[in-house]
Amino acid sequence: MLDAKGQEITSSKAIIKELERIDHLFNLYANRSSGMIDPEGIEALCSDLEVDHTDVRILMLAWKMKAEKQGYFTLDEWRRGLKALRADTISKLKKALPELEKEVRRPPNFVDFYSYAFRYCLTEEKQKSIDIESICQLLDLVLGSQFHPQVDMLIDYLKTQKDYKVINMDQWMGFLRFCNEISFPDLSNYDPDLAWPLILDNFVEWMIAKQS
Amino acid sequence: MAKTVDLEKGWEEMKKGMAKLKATLEGQSDSPFDSEESVKLYTTVFNLCTQNRKSDHTEYAAELYKRYRSAINEYINETKETWHIFSERTSERWSNHNIMVRWLSKFFSYLDRYYVVKQSLPNLAEAGKACFHDLIEQEREGGQIDRDLVRSVVSMFRDVGVSGIELYENDFEVYMLENTSVYYARKALDHILVDSCPDYMLMVEQCLKTEKERVSHYLCPSTEPKLLEKTQHELLFVHANQLLEKESSGLSRLLEDGQVCISISVITNGLESVSTIFREHVTSIGQALVRNAADEASHKKVESKDIVGFPEQVFLRKVIDLHDKYLSYVNGCFMNNLIFQKALDEAFEVFCNKQIAGVSSAEIFATFCDRILKKDGGSEKLTDEAIEETLDKIVKLIVHLHEKDLFAEFCRKKLSRRLLSDRSVNEEHEMSLLSKLKQQFGGQFTSKMEGMVEDLILGREKQVEFGNYLRDNPHENRGTDMSVTVLTTGFWPTYKSSELNVPTELIRCIEVFSRFYTSNTRNRKLTWMFQFGYCNLIGRFKPKPIELQLSTHQAATLLLFNTSERLSFSEIMSQLNLPSEEVKKPLHSLSCSNYKVLIKEPDNKAISSSDVFEFNSMFTDKMRRIKIPLPHTEEKKKVTVDVDRSRPFAIDAAVVRIMKSRKALGYQQLLMECVEQLNRIFKPDVRLIKKRIEDLIHRDYLERDEDDVSMFRYKA
Repeated sequence: MLDAKGQEITSSKAIIKELERIDHLFNLYANRSSGMIDPEGIEALCSDLEVDHTDVRILMLAWKMKAEKQGYFTLDEWRRGLKALRADTISKLKKALPELEKEVRRPPNFVDFYSYAFRYCLTEEKQKSIDIESICQLLDLVLGSQFHPQVDMLIDYLKTQKDYKVINMDQWMGFLRFCNEISFPDLSNYDPDLAWPLILDNFVEWMIAKQS
Repeated sequence: MAKTVDLEKGWEEMKKGMAKLKATLEGQSDSPFDSEESVKLYTTVFNLCTQNRKSDHTEYAAELYKRYRSAINEYINETKETWHIFSERTSERWSNHNIMVRWLSKFFSYLDRYYVVKQSLPNLAEAGKACFHDLIEQEREGGQIDRDLVRSVVSMFRDVGVSGIELYENDFEVYMLENTSVYYARKALDHILVDSCPDYMLMVEQCLKTEKERVSHYLCPSTEPKLLEKTQHELLFVHANQLLEKESSGLSRLLEDGQVCISISVITNGLESVSTIFREHVTSIGQALVRNAADEASHKKVESKDIVGFPEQVFLRKVIDLHDKYLSYVNGCFMNNLIFQKALDEAFEVFCNKQIAGVSSAEIFATFCDRILKKDGGSEKLTDEAIEETLDKIVKLIVHLHEKDLFAEFCRKKLSRRLLSDRSVNEEHEMSLLSKLKQQFGGQFTSKMEGMVEDLILGREKQVEFGNYLRDNPHENRGTDMSVTVLTTGFWPTYKSSELNVPTELIRCIEVFSRFYTSNTRNRKLTWMFQFGYCNLIGRFKPKPIELQLSTHQAATLLLFNTSERLSFSEIMSQLNLPSEEVKKPLHSLSCSNYKVLIKEPDNKAISSSDVFEFNSMFTDKMRRIKIPLPHTEEKKKVTVDVDRSRPFAIDAAVVRIMKSRKALGYQQLLMECVEQLNRIFKPDVRLIKKRIEDLIHRDYLERDEDDVSMFRYKA
């Protein structure tokens, strides 16, 4: 009994210690006046982690923290993320990143991460869509490694077409569904009678015209 | 060099080989068939075919082919008896049969490659199978055949096939259908020239019935549609024209005589196909009318470019006649059968939506109505009854239009011009057309146009009141007669209000009317549309005074010359306060047309901004009153743009209406219901609907279901 209790105490002590270290780490990068890690802090963190701040893993880290505002981490978000990753030092965090990437790539997580990536880019109040230029970068970042030919073609299309200046969430989710479901580049199982967003109908038409 | 082989000797060899093959298959022989033997047999066939190259080898080949066929037949007949006895072994028997054919065609493969290709006889393997089909043909010709036998053969095809009924379809059905086509093509040719149409139709009916029975007796059910389609195709569609145009008894002829009901009523199954012929027939006549009209329009274009001319008028007259004619058939001969009503509608839908010489059918229909209702409708001088009748018929055709909203918009434009230029025949006809349209397409369709006619009637009452007002207030009477029509914003097409600097004479009139108008109405704002106004001026020319009937813009331009003899273009522009395009039109009509009330420097046919104008005091004409026309510009593009702009809203409203009541709906179904709802107004483009759905998602009216991506939910 006592043993068990003693165990409990040590483990909770350990937890408290860990939290302290996580908070300590936060304070290293946080801006004193705003009490948040701001873009500058993130850049410092990235250089300590030896990853580029545009690396997809930083976006994954933000997803893990459920960070709400692009370029900022609050203390709550930081605690949530690092606790889940069991990382209380820079070197542990660095080691946790490959694991995190694996976790994100698991299918149900990936859909969540993919839609998070879109929402994360909505910086303005009531903003619902993202300009083509940023969408192309984001596509390349989150899908580029997995669906290289699709993403290349899609970006090529998005940059040449004139009908759409911005992309909304529905179209964004359609892109992922397209990459997952449609045989590429022959597009043999693409059925325009299904409820694909119109932009994908146009994309497929464009591709077919290009191929012939 | 191979040694010469005599045909009979060679055939002996073959027979031995075949006997052995048979024995092997029947399990009566112990020694299996080895490749050496098969090579030997092949060599025999090769030798038989190749020797005597110069003279008669083809005859050997032909003979061989004949014998091959009979050998197969023999095999079938021989084994037929055993089928009944060993029914449980039939599928094995069938595969034996196939093996037999396969082996034999191997032996004879040289024959196959060399002779058959040359003579284009059916491939040997096909010849083997054709034997079975001969049986079916025998039955078609009325012969008695062993149906059980054929059924078991057919079921063998099905059972033998490893993956479903592929074997049946590829090895049996294909050939059988081909045979069927050939058979009925022949039969059709035999009968079409001899039979009268009713007899022929009875024959078709009979054939369709027996083919249907055949399927139920011994074929796969999946064959039925294909078989019937082939039969119908050969018997009906190939000869549709002949059937329709048979001199004494063609369908068209019968239609005209009203006799066809006798035969048609007999046919139950053939009804669909007859209606198809009917539809095709009507469509092709209609298409020909469209082509003719297009040709004429393009010829006419050479002569006078800008007038959307009368070929369309003639075209619609013909379409009306066509509709009358065939509707009477549907009602009479076809006893108002729904299938034929539908066929007629479908046919008219095809060619009533064709553009003619770049003009949309919606506009053609609107122009047609306009010509009927105009006072100076040109060639069309109709009695009241004839007008009523024509309107009735045209409305029936408008039902087939896809772009009814576009038609309505053109109608409204033209109605507005008719009403404002006082050309309307009478309000009764206008109202009658509107009530017919209202009946067909609902109150929404005509509410604006009704409002317009209403405005005119009210306007006339107001004019009387205005007269009384002037009489009661003599100080207001300035000696200029004026009549004003007040239009309700919203009913009428939107026009830009004119910024015209009104001549002082008119300003006074306008003030008087405004005082009168505000004295008995409240909170109404008057906007003056001078571009629709007309003025009568007396021109005091030196030879004689002439009354000029002018538009307000023309009059305002001319009145400027009361104070100055010469004016430059830019002076006129600034004094009238109109954009240069608006100034050019009246100036052109006054200085470049037949009536040169103004003298232009330089004297040419176009107005440019450096021109100078002078009043022509020597102007004269043999008439004492002349009308100087101002060419009006058709705003065709604007109409189309307006309509295009209104469609997204209509779609949005329909989608929201549907989703509000259904809460959740699959994409295809939503599309369907949306098209159905909008059909009364226009035939919506599916892509446009999709775009609107996406926009509604974006605006948070709808959302896509997370699990089923082709399902949409209404967000309250």
